[in-house]
Amino acid sequence: MEQQRNTDTGSPLIEMDGVHKRFGNGTLAVEGMSVSIQPGEFVSFLGPSGCGKSTALRMIAGLLSASAGSITVNGHPAGEGGDGRDVGFVFQEATLMPWANVFDNVYLPLRLAGTSKKAATPEVEEALAMVGLSNFRSSYPRELSGGMKMRVSIARAMVTRPALLLMDEPFAALDEMTRFKLNNDVLKLWEEHNLTVVFVTHSVFESVYLSNRVMVMAARPGRVVNDIALPGGYPRTDAYRTSQEFAENTRLVTKALEGTLSHAEIDH
Amino acid sequence: MLKSITEDDDQDGVVLNAELIKREQRERRLRIIMPATALALALLIWEALVIYYEVPHYLIPAPSRIGETLITDGPSLMTSAWFTVKLTLFSLALAIIGGVALGMLFALSRTVEMSLFPFAVILQVTPIVAIAPLILIYVHSTFAALLICAWIVAFFPILSNTVIGLRSADHNLRDLFTLYKATPWQRLRYLLAPSALPYFMAALKIAGGLALIGAVVAEFVAGTAGQNSGLASRILESSFRNEIPRMFAALFLVSLLGIAIFLATSWLSKLVLGSWHESEIKRER
Repeated sequence: MEQQRNTDTGSPLIEMDGVHKRFGNGTLAVEGMSVSIQPGEFVSFLGPSGCGKSTALRMIAGLLSASAGSITVNGHPAGEGGDGRDVGFVFQEATLMPWANVFDNVYLPLRLAGTSKKAATPEVEEALAMVGLSNFRSSYPRELSGGMKMRVSIARAMVTRPALLLMDEPFAALDEMTRFKLNNDVLKLWEEHNLTVVFVTHSVFESVYLSNRVMVMAARPGRVVNDIALPGGYPRTDAYRTSQEFAENTRLVTKALEGTLSHAEIDH
Repeated sequence: MLKSITEDDDQDGVVLNAELIKREQRERRLRIIMPATALALALLIWEALVIYYEVPHYLIPAPSRIGETLITDGPSLMTSAWFTVKLTLFSLALAIIGGVALGMLFALSRTVEMSLFPFAVILQVTPIVAIAPLILIYVHSTFAALLICAWIVAFFPILSNTVIGLRSADHNLRDLFTLYKATPWQRLRYLLAPSALPYFMAALKIAGGLALIGAVVAEFVAGTAGQNSGLASRILESSFRNEIPRMFAALFLVSLLGIAIFLATSWLSKLVLGSWHESEIKRER
């Protein structure tokens, strides 16, 4: 059942060219990052804390500006193309509005785009169905578990039917079983909706399980040190976690990651 | 066998639930009965002491006598109470409008904040008793002058909490709004205003009480000048005439007004925040 995801080899969806990011306090968060991501890819930025992976993701979203170099998304400078509906963003925390129920939280991107509640209802319902939360539309965030909140956050990102989904360590705070389940959900969304996903994580296992390409990053200054293609095994299910291929890929990526760390940085 | 066990379980559940509801009802009853009983007891002791020691009513009137005064002087006291109510609510409304408007302006522009904040602080830290005589000189209408005094006192907490509240919105949510290219108006309506609401409600509870204090203090400074005078000037006037029972009656009405404002703002806060904000959510134990 080996199956490879077809990725378009035409013009890239995301193009980062010699991108630097220096913060006001002098920290060089990203140095000379040049990455080209094709439509349909599932790319993970993997690295220790401080390697600039979240910074890179935020620059792609247009939330941070690059100090030097250029970033284009779908042919436009990052953050400037379209009406903001073609990119979905999932934060590390669920980042829901506590005063609004699940439906209104998911409806937010459409509301900001000027769609009436009535016109948006089918799309919101569909997004809720995607993450299996149809029965919780009138619950408030505080009534939900961590995993459910994250699902609402994913539904909100998916409600505009974006071509690109950016995820910033979305499952880092969840327990292992919930994380596995949500990993499968994200893979399913990626496959069914022809998404391009850029996924930031510090977990080797998560990056290997999800992505067909892992960018291994190093800290101080933040940079990409390895670009590893892992095309096999799709559609990946829980069985993939125990496969020979998964074990080999994990070893490969771990080795690349270890190379980025000095001995002082590894906890013994 | 298995069935009977689940049935037993169910019954236990029902019993437990009934017990819980009963306990809740008892607690709710106690919450009304206890303070009411304590208050009644205090009044009774007061009454008894006044009768037992034969305290003259121009020193300390018995509660029954205060009640009598409330009835006999009812119409005139009500006119005064209405004046104070009007004054307090008007100044509170103006404080809300001014505080929120200026707070939004401050949150939008640092320059405006830095330039105008000193004025707000000066108004706040200068005791109202000290400013009131000047205002009474410059402003012709007594009601307007009193209104300004009460407004100055009630305005600051609203302003300062609105500014903090508008700035307290979650930074990731701010980013989300940026991502979806929200207009400034959408940002204010769907993100900043709801984030500021808990801060605003807290300010409203404080400002409600302060508006009353401001109104009473201003009336004291103004004295009994003007024909339409409020409860505070009735207290002052009664003290000049040594009509102690009427002083107590007016004082009672002032307290009643304060309690009503407190209850109203608390109720409003519960209504607005009850479904989502930590401060108003009842936790199960």
